[in-house]
Amino acid sequence: MKVKEKAQVLEQMKLAEGVYSLKLKTTAAEYAVPGQFISIYSNNGSKLLPRPISICEIDKNAGTLRVVYRVVGEGTAEFSQLTAGDQVEVMGPLGNGFPLEGEKTVVVGGGIGVPPMLELAKQLSGSVTAVMGYRNDDMFLTEEFTDVAAELIIATDDGSVGVHGTVVDAMKENDLDADVIYACGPKPMLRGVAEYAAERGIKCYVSMEERMACGVGACLGCVCQSTEKDDHSHVNNKRVCKDGPVFLSTEVVL
Amino acid sequence: MNTKVTIAGVEFQNPIMEASGTFGSGMEYSEFVDLNKLGAVVTKGVANVPWPGNPTPRIAEVSSGMLNAIGLQNPGVEVFCERDLKFLEQFKDARVVVNVCGHSAEEYIEVVDRLAGESRVDMLEINISCPNVKEGGIAFGQDPKAVEEITKLVKAHAKQPIIMKLSPNVTDIKVMAKAAEAGGADAISLINTLTGMKIDVERQSFVLANKTGGMSGPAVHPIAVRMVYECANAVNIPIIGMGGISTWQDAVEMMLAGATAVSVGTANFYNPTATLDILSGMKDYMVRKKIDDINDIIGIVK
Repeated sequence: MKVKEKAQVLEQMKLAEGVYSLKLKTTAAEYAVPGQFISIYSNNGSKLLPRPISICEIDKNAGTLRVVYRVVGEGTAEFSQLTAGDQVEVMGPLGNGFPLEGEKTVVVGGGIGVPPMLELAKQLSGSVTAVMGYRNDDMFLTEEFTDVAAELIIATDDGSVGVHGTVVDAMKENDLDADVIYACGPKPMLRGVAEYAAERGIKCYVSMEERMACGVGACLGCVCQSTEKDDHSHVNNKRVCKDGPVFLSTEVVL
Repeated sequence: MNTKVTIAGVEFQNPIMEASGTFGSGMEYSEFVDLNKLGAVVTKGVANVPWPGNPTPRIAEVSSGMLNAIGLQNPGVEVFCERDLKFLEQFKDARVVVNVCGHSAEEYIEVVDRLAGESRVDMLEINISCPNVKEGGIAFGQDPKAVEEITKLVKAHAKQPIIMKLSPNVTDIKVMAKAAEAGGADAISLINTLTGMKIDVERQSFVLANKTGGMSGPAVHPIAVRMVYECANAVNIPIIGMGGISTWQDAVEMMLAGATAVSVGTANFYNPTATLDILSGMKDYMVRKKIDDINDIIGIVK
């Protein structure tokens, strides 16, 4: 079930340079699962297309969703100016979430791929190791991961905190083992995590990103290359918005 | 109140359709829209075999519009008939217009022949105007001789009435409209997207992998109205008007300019119920203006 409605802004917080947290009251919360995203629309009529943003936390009782996003353009800059009491048009939840599997899992997030891993870490049963990668010590959501994960491993590009290097370097350094690895982040990171998982025979889910228009699978704007023929067009192009954004790492070409 | 319009003997319960490529075959939007309430479902372009389309990024936003360079990704006519047409069986009140694409005359004909026996298909829209494929598509749509020839050829094979979809990327669209009429087209539809480009100034590179893309959205609407007006005064076959329609006012404007029916495209992306919202607004307008028959407003602004 997808809803399209005016959501009410409950809270806006700056978490790090250019990274913001927005809490929204929306009936989309009722149907949301970890790994899904919502489309957020600009209040500026000249910006037509929604911005797809991953869901960071779901509170079904309160009917709220939290999204944590990076300001990358004028649309997200506008969102960062929203304050409690404002309204913003949303559609969602969209896409398929992460299947909740395994007793010993590793959730991996890089940069703005960190946020969707929080709700996943909360909902996974068993022991969860979180591996989060940042540029430097201007980090976000680390307290939340400390609360919900059995272990939090941090990697920074500049070495200011944790492992000096990528999340994959951190996984190797800690020789992490798991039943399932979940990852969201830039494509090179996903490729590295998928290779790590493949070498050790671990099942791996990745969450993909692409520029979108409709968000519901109709326009075919946001496809990613798949290893098998896709169900829609039978041409090895899966729709990130509809068939994803979560895929088995072996399903897509990274 | 009468909202029925007739194009080439095919009756539509109302003049509101969605534009090819923005709505799939209706499946994805059936969650938001009762397809039975639409004048017609116009499908995404269908080729003889599956087409993979262009590399990504395929989408870019521009002020009051967007660029797309999907490249007509589609599953081919066989899968389309077995899956999409079957799905559309359940929506008997809406007509089905199948958009047909090809790289060559032979490919168009192969699709048209395959669709000839499909009773669910009410009309064919022949896409000779896609700016995002290198061969075929727009290559047929920018030369009046080619427009007339492909129209004649398709008409000779088609079992359903044909709509030729025209490109705005020409010097004089009236010439193309007349060529389509001369070739035997039952109707024309316009406009397809306008070729555009967006460059990322920070990365100093093209935003779209295809470099260029088709521009659509409210920004192109005045151009579309002008072109529909010009064509309506140049040919005697019905016109389906499209290009940036996002409100009922846009739709009414297009009909006043001479369109018998209208298609809603890009607006679906930011308002999934745009088609039905427009229909409802159009009906309110008819009541307020005491218009008993929607046909009475077609082309009355001269």
